[in-house]
Amino acid sequence: MRVITSDVLVIGAGLAGERAAIACAKEEQEVIILSLVPPRRSHSSAAQGGMQASLGNSIKGKGDNPTIHWLDTVKGSDWGADQEVARIFADNAPIAMREMAHFGVPWNTVEAGPRDVYIKGKKATIVEEKEKEGLITARAFGGTAKWRTCYTSDGTGHTVLYTMDNLVVQLGIPVHDRMEALQLIHADGRCYGAVVRSLRDGEIITYLAKSTVIATGGYGRIYGESTNAVINEGTGSWLALQTGVVPLANMEAVQFHPTGIVPTDILVTEGCRGDGGILLDVDEYRFMPDYEPDKQELASRDVVSRRMKEHMLKGKGVKSPYGEHLWMDLRHLGKEHLTTELREVHDICMYFIGVNPITDLIPVRPTQHYSMGGIRVNKDGHAYNLEGLFALGEVACWDMHGFNRLGGNSLAETVVGGMIIGKKVAEYTKKASLKTDKTLAEQFAKKEQDKTALLLNTPEGENVYKLRDEISAILIKDVHIFRTEEGLTRATDGLLDIVKRTKNVKVQSSAPGMNPELSTALRIEGMAKQAYLIAKGGLDRTESRGAHSREDYPKRDDNKWLNRTLARWPDPDGEPVFTYEPVGLLDLPPGYRGYGDDLREDMKMSIEDYNKKIPGEQKQHGRLETSEPIGTKLPKEMWKSEVKETK
Amino acid sequence: MERTLKFKIFRYNPNIENDKPRVETFKINETPRLNVFTALNRIREEQAPDLMFDFVCRAGICGSCAMMINGRPTLGCRTLTSDLPENIELYPLPFFKMLGDLSVDTGIWFRGISEQLESWVHTQKEFDPEAQEERMDNALANKIYESERCIECGCCLAGCATAQAYPNFLGAAGLNRIGRFIMDPRDQRTDEEWFELVSTDEGVFGCIGMMACDDVCPKELPLLEVFSYIRRKMSTVPLKR
Ligand SMILES: Cc1cc2nc3c(=O)[nH]c(=O)nc-3n(C[C@H](O)[C@H](O)[C@H](O)COP(=O)(O)OP(=O)(O)OC[C@H]3O[C@@H](n4cnc5c(N)ncnc54)[C@H](O)[C@@H]3O)c2cc1C
Ligand code: SF4
Ligand code: SF4
Ligand code: FES
Repeated sequence: MRVITSDVLVIGAGLAGERAAIACAKEEQEVIILSLVPPRRSHSSAAQGGMQASLGNSIKGKGDNPTIHWLDTVKGSDWGADQEVARIFADNAPIAMREMAHFGVPWNTVEAGPRDVYIKGKKATIVEEKEKEGLITARAFGGTAKWRTCYTSDGTGHTVLYTMDNLVVQLGIPVHDRMEALQLIHADGRCYGAVVRSLRDGEIITYLAKSTVIATGGYGRIYGESTNAVINEGTGSWLALQTGVVPLANMEAVQFHPTGIVPTDILVTEGCRGDGGILLDVDEYRFMPDYEPDKQELASRDVVSRRMKEHMLKGKGVKSPYGEHLWMDLRHLGKEHLTTELREVHDICMYFIGVNPITDLIPVRPTQHYSMGGIRVNKDGHAYNLEGLFALGEVACWDMHGFNRLGGNSLAETVVGGMIIGKKVAEYTKKASLKTDKTLAEQFAKKEQDKTALLLNTPEGENVYKLRDEISAILIKDVHIFRTEEGLTRATDGLLDIVKRTKNVKVQSSAPGMNPELSTALRIEGMAKQAYLIAKGGLDRTESRGAHSREDYPKRDDNKWLNRTLARWPDPDGEPVFTYEPVGLLDLPPGYRGYGDDLREDMKMSIEDYNKKIPGEQKQHGRLETSEPIGTKLPKEMWKSEVKETK
Repeated sequence: MERTLKFKIFRYNPNIENDKPRVETFKINETPRLNVFTALNRIREEQAPDLMFDFVCRAGICGSCAMMINGRPTLGCRTLTSDLPENIELYPLPFFKMLGDLSVDTGIWFRGISEQLESWVHTQKEFDPEAQEERMDNALANKIYESERCIECGCCLAGCATAQAYPNFLGAAGLNRIGRFIMDPRDQRTDEEWFELVSTDEGVFGCIGMMACDDVCPKELPLLEVFSYIRRKMSTVPLKR
């Protein structure tokens, strides 16, 4: 068996993985990146609308600063975020955008002078300042006080990923593409690398490293109907869950994006509404201002998706052979705008559903889009309970998003997180030594080889595609935007049964090479188990917070549930273990978000008492020592000078 | 009326010793708005579990799924069967290394091109986290973006006569990449350096200018414009030498 060693092994070549790899390479660490696909095809490339940073160059962003960005992020999270991490993020986002400009991203920039725009459904003229001309500009996104989302047309993920990958090439960092990490190699609380399967020829290889970094993106495909790429099947979070010690956090926090197109579920960016697009119902009536008079179409995603669903439940949806939907209207933005700044959107609508947004309404409905939850890490990106394992990007729960992430904050998180966590990985790696225990590696590799043999040689068993479809059918039916005890109980029962059945899958074809059916079969147990964690976490959380919305518990309960769900699966044949930790230090006290329903149960404990218990309790749950103590990056009460302004 | 589609698909698995390249036929019924992405997945899940092909974004954004569809290189995910006759022939893209059935190795080829062309901004400047970014005119940013939009699908190379004859030809995608960086004022490479890079038989001189690439590029990149921009730029250089 081949063994490949390096200082750092980065699993995932999207924006998060590549930025972290670059940070390590710049610190003279030998890095190898693994990816299921060529790096530029990673799902980061599909991000359209942009990334948030409080540069404040556009006139509609004037006066913006990291504190306001932080406030929006914490409110957006429905107070589920770790406020210190949100602060680290907001403080560094402007630097990250400028750095990407330095590396070559052709950001759209400020053009001085008057310009017609649409704000809250009405035409308006804004005048951009001369002194800001040529600096990175921004567009509006949901849940923000300022125009803050930096962009290159509606291909932001593409340009930023291409620029990042150019840098990877420049630094000579090898990317082993068409490789799938199947299992981490670990013992006694220390991670040593991963067992990997080549999707070119099926070879099983072990990669050993001083530090292992998981940056594998989201798991959206478990839902079937999702805006995510077809490779987003949760294989990275499954790596962590398989260890039995590393917890997945807040898996019940699933984001549904208001505008997936019908059919095909392809995303059209929030930038559409940011640029003035509006939502209409079956009567072509604009309903959002009735629900959300202030933010209208630009409330946070959880709120807009809920309102849309609510409105459809009132019989105001448009019936179609592909299910019910609403309309998005972009016609008033005009041809020029729709073929430049929203060109991908235009092309997607034309090619995939034959709708011309210049003249027609676009059929949309809320669609699974993003996972706030994921591998729980501390503020340095170090995984709970497993030394030498780091995680970042969508797969991680670093936790700046809590129970709802703001549009434009995820792409920004990958780059900021990569910059910050990448440095921490390098620091850790320099001090670490590599114990190349080949027997340990072989032991883990053998597990995978046995699994493969079993899948191929079982005389009879389940069909993997059928199981996959059953999982997504359950999630779509009972673990969607609105949840109830009844539905979630049905879902957990059904999913637990499927988890058992995944142990008896039969792969029809034994063709050597990538064997696509075998690849899916190797992932299915992870998909089923994560689906179960989503449903079970949702069933147990008897409140509504951000994207987790319980019809039977409509209040956000800060007294009982101002915490983060942690789920581990220590006995692979048993049931998972759930525990809860405090969300992190509170600086902004829990309050009303400024949009959505204001149904809350206040916390009885004082903020001081809540904060006091954080270091001890989080440590108990497995948080490893951070390079700086908890709280060093969270200046106290800076928000007080801004709250008036953001009203 | 619902049609029955006949997919004739090229099959070959290089991991099987002595495997014979062949064409296999699969029949499926056509559903509304069916595209080649959904069709191939149905064929794989219902009829040919070992069928290899590549899709990632299934939204015409990532460039994974280029293949020859009835003789034309294009993106599978974006192709509706309703635009095609009942008989649909699928072949892998020529020019690139074959990985199996419809899957080819475009990733490695494009990484090679990036290395060869040093596809990054060449600058002596260090990044200063405290400093404002360099200003750029929005019109120029949009112009660079036009070339940056290439998704490295490889259709242009598959459709190019020169590329089939000269495997080291940079192709439209490679030339476009150079154009993108020449346009970018942040890149401090000199005209002489650009000249070295493109004025070879593998570069602009190899291109016969029939613009098959422009015709097949699924992102409708302004390839013609970029080529003439490079040619214009280069025509002034030898005089200076
Ligand atoms: C359609 C769409 C549009 C979006 N638009 C925006 C936007 O405008 N703004 C915004 O802020 N956010 C947006 N998002 C969210 C954002 O794009 C993602 O959250 C972000 O790009 C994730 O980046 P990542 O680096 O964490 O993961 P990814 O870019 O998904 O990369 C994951 C990498 O891991 C690799 N990988 C996965 N599993 C394995 C394995 N087992 N072994 C080896 N390699 C593996 C993959 O090959 C890939 O290279 C959008 C998301 C979608 C779906
Ligand atoms: S113009 Fe013709 S020869 Fe030149 S790159 Fe395009 S297809 Fe190839
Ligand atoms: S230039 Fe066009 S056809 Fe060629 S690789 Fe780029 S996107 Fe594809
Ligand atoms: S799958 Fe991404 S372009 Fe077709």
